Amino acid sequence: METLGFLMEGFAVALTPYNLMFALLGAFVGTLIGCLPGLGPANGVAIMIPLAFTLGLPPETAMILLTSVYAGAMYGGRISSILLNIPGDEPAMMTCLDGYPMAQKGRAADALAISAIASFTGGLIGTVGLIMLAPILAKFALTFGPAEYFALFMLAFATLGGITGKNPMKTVIAATIGIMISTVGIDIATGTQRYTFDILELYEGIDFILAIVGLFAISELLFFVEARIGGGRKKMSVGKITLSFKELVHTIPTQLRGGVLGFIAGVLPGAGASLGSFISYTLEKQVLGKKGTFGEGDIRGVAAPEAGNNGASSGALVPMLTLGVPGSGTTAVLLAMLISLNITPGPLMFTQHADIVWGVIAALLIGNVLLLIINIPLVGFFVRLLSVPPMYLLPIVTMVAFVGVYSISHSTFDLYFMVAFGVGGYFLRKLEIPLVPIILGLLLGPEMEKNLGHALILSDGDWTVLWSSPLAIGFWLVAGLGLVLPTLVGPILRRRMRAALKEGPVSD
Amino acid sequence: MLIKRTLSFVAAAAVSMSALAWEPSGKVECIAPSDPGGGWDFTCRSAGNVMQELGLIDGSVQTVNMAGAGGGVAYAHTVSKRAEENKLLVAASTATTTRLAQKQFPGMNADMVTWVGALGADYGVIAVGKDSEYKNLNDLMDAVSADPRSVKFAGGSARGGWDHLKVLITAKAAGADDLPRIPYLSYNNGGEAMTQVVGGQVDAFTGDISEATGFMESGDLRVLAVLADERLPGKFNHIPTAKEQGVEAVGPNWRGFYMPKGADEAAREYWVNAVDTLYASEEWKKVMKSNGLIPFHPPADKFDEFVKNQVQEIEQLSREIGLLK
Repeated sequence: METLGFLMEGFAVALTPYNLMFALLGAFVGTLIGCLPGLGPANGVAIMIPLAFTLGLPPETAMILLTSVYAGAMYGGRISSILLNIPGDEPAMMTCLDGYPMAQKGRAADALAISAIASFTGGLIGTVGLIMLAPILAKFALTFGPAEYFALFMLAFATLGGITGKNPMKTVIAATIGIMISTVGIDIATGTQRYTFDILELYEGIDFILAIVGLFAISELLFFVEARIGGGRKKMSVGKITLSFKELVHTIPTQLRGGVLGFIAGVLPGAGASLGSFISYTLEKQVLGKKGTFGEGDIRGVAAPEAGNNGASSGALVPMLTLGVPGSGTTAVLLAMLISLNITPGPLMFTQHADIVWGVIAALLIGNVLLLIINIPLVGFFVRLLSVPPMYLLPIVTMVAFVGVYSISHSTFDLYFMVAFGVGGYFLRKLEIPLVPIILGLLLGPEMEKNLGHALILSDGDWTVLWSSPLAIGFWLVAGLGLVLPTLVGPILRRRMRAALKEGPVSD
Repeated sequence: MLIKRTLSFVAAAAVSMSALAWEPSGKVECIAPSDPGGGWDFTCRSAGNVMQELGLIDGSVQTVNMAGAGGGVAYAHTVSKRAEENKLLVAASTATTTRLAQKQFPGMNADMVTWVGALGADYGVIAVGKDSEYKNLNDLMDAVSADPRSVKFAGGSARGGWDHLKVLITAKAAGADDLPRIPYLSYNNGGEAMTQVVGGQVDAFTGDISEATGFMESGDLRVLAVLADERLPGKFNHIPTAKEQGVEAVGPNWRGFYMPKGADEAAREYWVNAVDTLYASEEWKKVMKSNGLIPFHPPADKFDEFVKNQVQEIEQLSREIGLLK
C-alpha cells in the first residue's frame, strides 16, 4: 500500500505537462536512436546527458527524459531488425530472426505492429516487477556499512563479464583502465592530488560525462567514417497491417512469458537486455517446438524477444535504482547522470530521493503507453529516417554532443578531452576491449576505494571486517558465482546465440 | 551673471561627481567557479537578481560557470586574464579559503585578489545519532582527548576539507592534542555521511546546519553544538553553541565575493558598498531565509582581514595534521 502511495506521488511528478513533454520527447528521440543501426541505447543516453544539462533541467525531469530515451531505444531497435535484418541495437538481434522473414513475405507492417505491442507488454511487466521488487531491496538500505558497500561493488565488477562476455581478460583490462582514470584528481581520503601534474583542469578529476560521450558517441562517428561512408539505404515499403485480432490474442502467452523472463534476466546484475531477448526467444522456441515456424517468419518469434528485451530493460533498472549497481551498459550510463545530478547511487536513493525514483518509475509506465501510441502510427516516419545516409546523420549527432558538453562547462579543454576519449574509444573497440567496464570502473572505482578506506578506518586496520557481516558474505558469494558462472555457462550460451544468428550483428 | 556662475558651478560639480562615483554600465559578469547548481552558482544568481531588483546596477548580472579545481580555474582566470576588470565578481566561500590555505591553487595566494564582502553563512555543527552515549559536546570531546581514536567522525568534504577542519578546530579548542590521529571518514556529501551516523556505522557527524536540519527535525540526529558566536535565530535557537559549553570553536562557512586586484579603487568601493546595501535589504533577507543562510557580514573594512585570518588559521591546522609540509 505504501508503494502505491509513492507511485501516485510519482505519477504526480511525471504527469506535470513539463515532465510529460520531456517523456514524449525522450520516447521519440529514443525510438529514433534505437532504430538507427549502430546507435544503441547506451549511445543514445550518452548523447542526451549533455543536452539535459544544457536545458538546465531539474533532476527528476532529466532522469525522466533519459529513461524515456532508454525505453524508446528498446522499442526502436526492432525497426531496422525487421526491415533491414540489421539490429538497431544489440538486444534487437533476436528480432531479426523472424522479423526479417516476415518482412520478406510482405508482412513488415504486421511484424512492426506485433513487436510494438509485445514491447509494450514486456515493458509493462518489467515496470510492474520493478515497482514490486525495488522497495523490498531498498529496505536493506540502512544496514549497509562500508564493508557491505565494498563487497557490493566487488560484486558489480565480478559480474561485469556477463555484460560484455567474450574475453574476460579484456573485461578486466577495461575495468582497470576505468579505475585508473578515476584516480586522477584529489583523493578525498587523504586530501592529496593524484596524477594532476599541476594542471588545474585535472584537479577535480576527469568528468565521466566527457568520457562517456567521447567513448560512445565520438568513437561511433569514427567507426562510421571508416566503415560505412556512403549513401543511404533504399527506401523500404511497409505495407498495410493485416494483423488479425485472433493472431494478436494468440501471441499473448508468448508475450507474457517473454516479459517475465526478460525481467528476471534484467534484474541479474551483468545480464542485461540482450540475454533477456535471447532466452525469451529460445524458450519460446522450445515451448512451442514443432508447432511454430521459427526462423521463417513466425509472429511469435517477433513477439517473444521484443517482450523479453523490454522486460529486461526495466529489470536492469532494479539493481541500479536500489543498489547503485547497473545491470547493463545503458543503466551504467544512466548511473553517470545520477551521479552528476549529485545523487549518490546506492540503497539510500529510495529514501533520500523518493520523488526522483518514483517519478522515473511512473515515467516508465507513461512512457510505455506513449511509445505504443507513437510507434504504431509513426512507424512510417521512422522507416523513412532509416534511409537518411549516416554521413549526414552522425555529424549532426556529434555536433549535438559537442554543443552539449561545451554548454555544461564552457571549457574547450573538455572538448579536447572528449575527442581524446573518442579516439581512445575507437582504438579500444578495434582491440575488442569493451567500453562499458571502463565506464563502470570510472563510476564505481572511487566509491569502492572510499568504502574500503572507511571500512579499514572503522576497524582500525583489521581486514577481516570486509567479510564479517552476513550481508557482506552474501555479496562475496554472489560475486564469486558471477565470476565463475559466465566462464562455465557463457561459452555455451554464446555458441547457441551465434548458431541462432547466421548473419553476424553489425553493431556492438 | 550669478545664474551663469551657478550653472557652471553645478556643471563642474556634476563632472567631478561622476568622476568620483564609478558606476557599472552594461553587463556585469559574475563567475560561479562550479557547474550550475550548488552554492557558488546560487551566490551569483541570487545576488545578481537582488542587485538588479534594488537598482544597484542598470544592466544585468550574467552568471558564468567556470568549474574546475574546486574554484582554482576561476581563481587563476581572474588573477591572470582579468586582473584589471571593473565589472567582474567571483563567488567564493570557506571552500575557497581552505584551498588557498592548503596551497591547492598552485602558485596563488589570498593576496592576489580583492575580497569584497560576505552575504551570509552556514554554520558548522557537530552531531551524533539519537542513541549515542554522548549527550553534549563536552562528553564527546572528553572521549576524544582521552583517546583520539575512540570517536570516528564522518563528513561531506575531503580529508583536510572544511568539514574535517571543523572537527579539528573544535577538538583543538577543547584541549585535545593528538589531532592527526582523530579518524575522519570523508563522503561525497553531507547527507551520505549523516546516514552512516544515523545508521550507527560512524560515531559523529560534522557538517553545516543546513545539511543537518532534515535529520535533526526527524529526531534521528542529536546536534551537540553549533560552531557560532551566538545561538542561531529561529528554529535553531535550541541548539547550544560550542562557546557556551566552554569550547571556543567557531566555524562559519561564509558565502561572498572576490574581485580582480587591479580594478579601479572607485570600482572596488562601489562593489563593497553594493554588497553592504544588498545585505541590508529586505529582499536579500528573504533569499537568506528561504535558503537557510544565517546572518554573517563582517564590516566592509574588516572582511579582507577576516579572510586572511581564516586562511592563516587553516594553514596552521593543516600543518598540524600533516597535510601541509
